[in-house]
Amino acid sequence: MINDTAAKPHDAHRGHTVHYDPVAGKIGMWLFLFTEVLLFGTLFIAFAVYLQKYHFEFREASGHLDKVMGAANTVILLTSSLTMALSIAVLERAKKRLSLLLLTITILFALAFLGIKSVEWGAKFAHDLYPKSATMLQKPVGEQVFYGLYFTMTGLHALHVIIGAGIIMIAMVLVKKERTHAERINFLQNTGLYWHLVDLVWILLFPLFYLIG
Amino acid sequence: MQTEGKPQFDHALVPYGVYFKVWGALVLLTVLTVSVSYLDMKHVRVLTALLIATFKGSLVVLYFMHIRFEERMYAYMIMVVLATYAIFIGLTFVDYWYR
Repeated sequence: MINDTAAKPHDAHRGHTVHYDPVAGKIGMWLFLFTEVLLFGTLFIAFAVYLQKYHFEFREASGHLDKVMGAANTVILLTSSLTMALSIAVLERAKKRLSLLLLTITILFALAFLGIKSVEWGAKFAHDLYPKSATMLQKPVGEQVFYGLYFTMTGLHALHVIIGAGIIMIAMVLVKKERTHAERINFLQNTGLYWHLVDLVWILLFPLFYLIG
Repeated sequence: MQTEGKPQFDHALVPYGVYFKVWGALVLLTVLTVSVSYLDMKHVRVLTALLIATFKGSLVVLYFMHIRFEERMYAYMIMVVLATYAIFIGLTFVDYWYR
């Protein structure tokens, strides 16, 4: 495997002399994703410990989240993962325009996700439910912890959705300019890995926050 | 797996159908996990939700993130991370329970 990773001047005919090493690129991306796993992982451990400690308060607070909106957002992200994976698969077959179309759809799904998320957060804020609000401070400590973790974890996740959509836009520019193409697809593959991780985190967040009530 | 004679380093083309099937399974599992959450399960409530979520997550990692089609090394790397994380969880709970 190591020998295969040696620099191959694929793009010499394009005037690029940049070293292209997709295996190293992919390993590097995975190492970065591992740090993301531990970032969210520590928050999941905090959730697990407080779920033990405040079991009834967590169930009570969880019952006040909108299951339908959470489920809708889950399906939206799953479908965006499908269009992301397909955009890579079609570019591997040199279908540039179809790949760009699928990436556009992926970004639209990301925006739809953020839209529903902001409606949910907006409804909580409208009911004076946010960390340290007057209503929140009168709730049992366990429910305050639940909402604290809810806003922290879904907020951090939403930030990842925003960053992911930004990276997809950069990938679209690279595909459009043919700096990323079938023979040089690592950037788009890494974009996909990031996007799927964002989906993966939501797959775990959704049942823990919405479905334990 | 086909490589179509292209200089592909470590990557074989995966048929489109695989992605559609995985997506279908993920949507069905989402419907399942929401449906069972309406049942009165008491003790196994969180466990059931986590089991279904773990299965969904595995599908994403294996197929969307291509671990099923990559060299074994990537799977080993992930196992090392998960083992590290499991130790992390174990130590946290030991600390929490016996403090």
